[in-house]
Amino acid sequence: MNLTVNGTAQRYEESCRTLADLLARPEWAGKLVIVELNGELAGREAYGDTLLNEGDRVELVHFVGGG
Amino acid sequence: MSFYETMTRLEQLPYGMLWNRYTAEDVKRALRAERVDEEGLMALLSPAAEPYLEEMAQKAQRLTRAHFGHVMQLFTPMYLADYCVNHCTYCSFSSIYDFPRKKLTLEEVAREAETIAATGLRHILILTGESRMDSPASYVRDCAEVLRGYFSSVSIEVNPLSTEEYAELRGAGVDGLTLYQEVYHQETYRELHVKGPKRVYRNRLDAPERGCLAGFRSVNIGALLGMYEWRQEALATALHARYLQDKYPECEIGFSIPRFRPYLGEFNPASDVTDRALVQIILAYRLFLPRSGISLSTREPAALRDHLVHLGITKMSAGVSTEVGGHSLEGGTPQFEISDNRSVEEIAGMLRLQGLEPVFKDWDILSEPVCLT
Amino acid sequence: MQDPLMIGGVTLTSRLFIGTGKYSRNTLIPEVIARSGSQVITVALRRVDPQSKENIVSHIPSHMTLLPNTSGARTAEEAVRIARLARSAGLGNWVKIEVINDQKYLLPDNIETIRATEILAAEGFVVLPYMSPDLSAALRLKAAGAAAVMPLGAPIGSNRGLQTKELIRILISETDLPVIVDAGIGRPSEAAEAMEMGAAGVLLNTAIATAKDPLLMAEAFCEAVSAGRKAYLAGLGPVEETAAASSPLTGFLA
Repeated sequence: MNLTVNGTAQRYEESCRTLADLLARPEWAGKLVIVELNGELAGREAYGDTLLNEGDRVELVHFVGGG
Repeated sequence: MSFYETMTRLEQLPYGMLWNRYTAEDVKRALRAERVDEEGLMALLSPAAEPYLEEMAQKAQRLTRAHFGHVMQLFTPMYLADYCVNHCTYCSFSSIYDFPRKKLTLEEVAREAETIAATGLRHILILTGESRMDSPASYVRDCAEVLRGYFSSVSIEVNPLSTEEYAELRGAGVDGLTLYQEVYHQETYRELHVKGPKRVYRNRLDAPERGCLAGFRSVNIGALLGMYEWRQEALATALHARYLQDKYPECEIGFSIPRFRPYLGEFNPASDVTDRALVQIILAYRLFLPRSGISLSTREPAALRDHLVHLGITKMSAGVSTEVGGHSLEGGTPQFEISDNRSVEEIAGMLRLQGLEPVFKDWDILSEPVCLT
Repeated sequence: MQDPLMIGGVTLTSRLFIGTGKYSRNTLIPEVIARSGSQVITVALRRVDPQSKENIVSHIPSHMTLLPNTSGARTAEEAVRIARLARSAGLGNWVKIEVINDQKYLLPDNIETIRATEILAAEGFVVLPYMSPDLSAALRLKAAGAAAVMPLGAPIGSNRGLQTKELIRILISETDLPVIVDAGIGRPSEAAEAMEMGAAGVLLNTAIATAKDPLLMAEAFCEAVSAGRKAYLAGLGPVEETAAASSPLTGFLA
């Protein structure tokens, strides 16, 4: 399945079916990640039930240092 | 939220001990403050401030000149009608007095206007007694429309009206509202206003705010000094002004400082407001609200007025008659006796001698104001 | 002495708000928090960098009130979007609105800031807008539902101090919202001065983060803010003017 995550298009394996699956990958794990799926805020309680589809645009943001 | 809530709080203060609690240090602190708060205001009105009148005057003078310049705005009142349904124990227009009542026709209004305008004045304050039958808002509006042809600024001093009525007058070119609470102390208010719609304290108290909502350019308030303890009354007036100024920054909130004058009846003032006290009040107002206008009427004698022009006053009446049609007609009953009978020309001359420029016209409304209703 | 600052239903005993940017290492942050005594801390929101293992939130103790900013927003809509994302993290509903179009001086856009405040306050956010110290804007922010206003003392990160002092003074005297001076404060003496003027608090980041010893500087600011506040409450003593020998203005009263 092809997804665009934070502006980068990439092919993901078939086992990556939900937002929870995507967030479990090592590059995102351990961070308090907030997700926007196709421009819509995704509720964190529903990550496991939110299915990913071919061509989805995913924005993953988190808190960083700032003033 | 209305100023009534503040008033309720103020009436619960233990004034007897409160005024004597302030010390010279409190007064000095208030004199130094960039913005005087409620505590500072009380210190300036307290007995502790009495030895500091000169210091207060110096600062008041500095603030006034800084904000207003070396000028004095002149205006005159014009009485349209003396019909009144209220019985107020201190007023000559009170309904209990039997004298021929009068109400100017629009032709007479024009004639008065012509006479007054010939003196050079361009700011006028129109007054009526309180009678919704004889001098309703529509009558005031009709008069204002005539007067707009002669004056660049028309203000009203009539019975409290609704926001809609104020907005209608605003639409007719009236730019200012003057309304004295007379007495802020509620119990005294009820005693003095024996009969008539004026008995409703809150309707009067909230009227200046309705004027702000209706979009008047300036709103002038005041207590009739002498009706009740002057320190409390001045405190309430100043806090009322700040309440309005904070809430309606687009409106110029000003003070009047009417001191009770003898009149037709037998009423005697309850609180003796000496010249010193009057000066203390003016200075406290100025230090509390540095940018507010302060108006001085001809209730005060000429000699005193000549001194007060340097203590924070920004507006003076001149060439005054308190009778209906007093400028061009015969035989009216004055609302109160005036103490400074000088003509506009004489007042202007006095001001120039004192280094102040008399201002006859401060602004003009270029476009028709937007009616809010 | 009890002198809490109430904002958005939270009672704060510290009036020093700090930021989390520009530290040489983020592990300093817990110690900076402790030494500054601060209870409110700002963070920004960015795309996750897959290369980095940093997680700023892990350095912030849970008793802190988190104040996410909307840095990066150039319009009200972008600020609203960032604020909603931040809230969805489940770490509170405070937001520092920061809308900046001017990339040279980084001055805030008051008009967009007012629009964003209206929208977010209506959604239940505790909104603290970063703004240029303008009275009309402050009154409109209040009407829009802001919980405080945060005028700049000088451009962000400039450490130039209270250049806008006169305007901030006006905001303090004419708005009844807490005024928190944000941006520009470089020295503890400037923080103390803001507090002496009656500011409700100050927000700093660069001045602490870029000090040679951030921990000691955090302590210095903690003391400065508290000293300035006490001076304000105590009422500054009068500067005596020379007494006039005569009474030129009131002599007539005799």
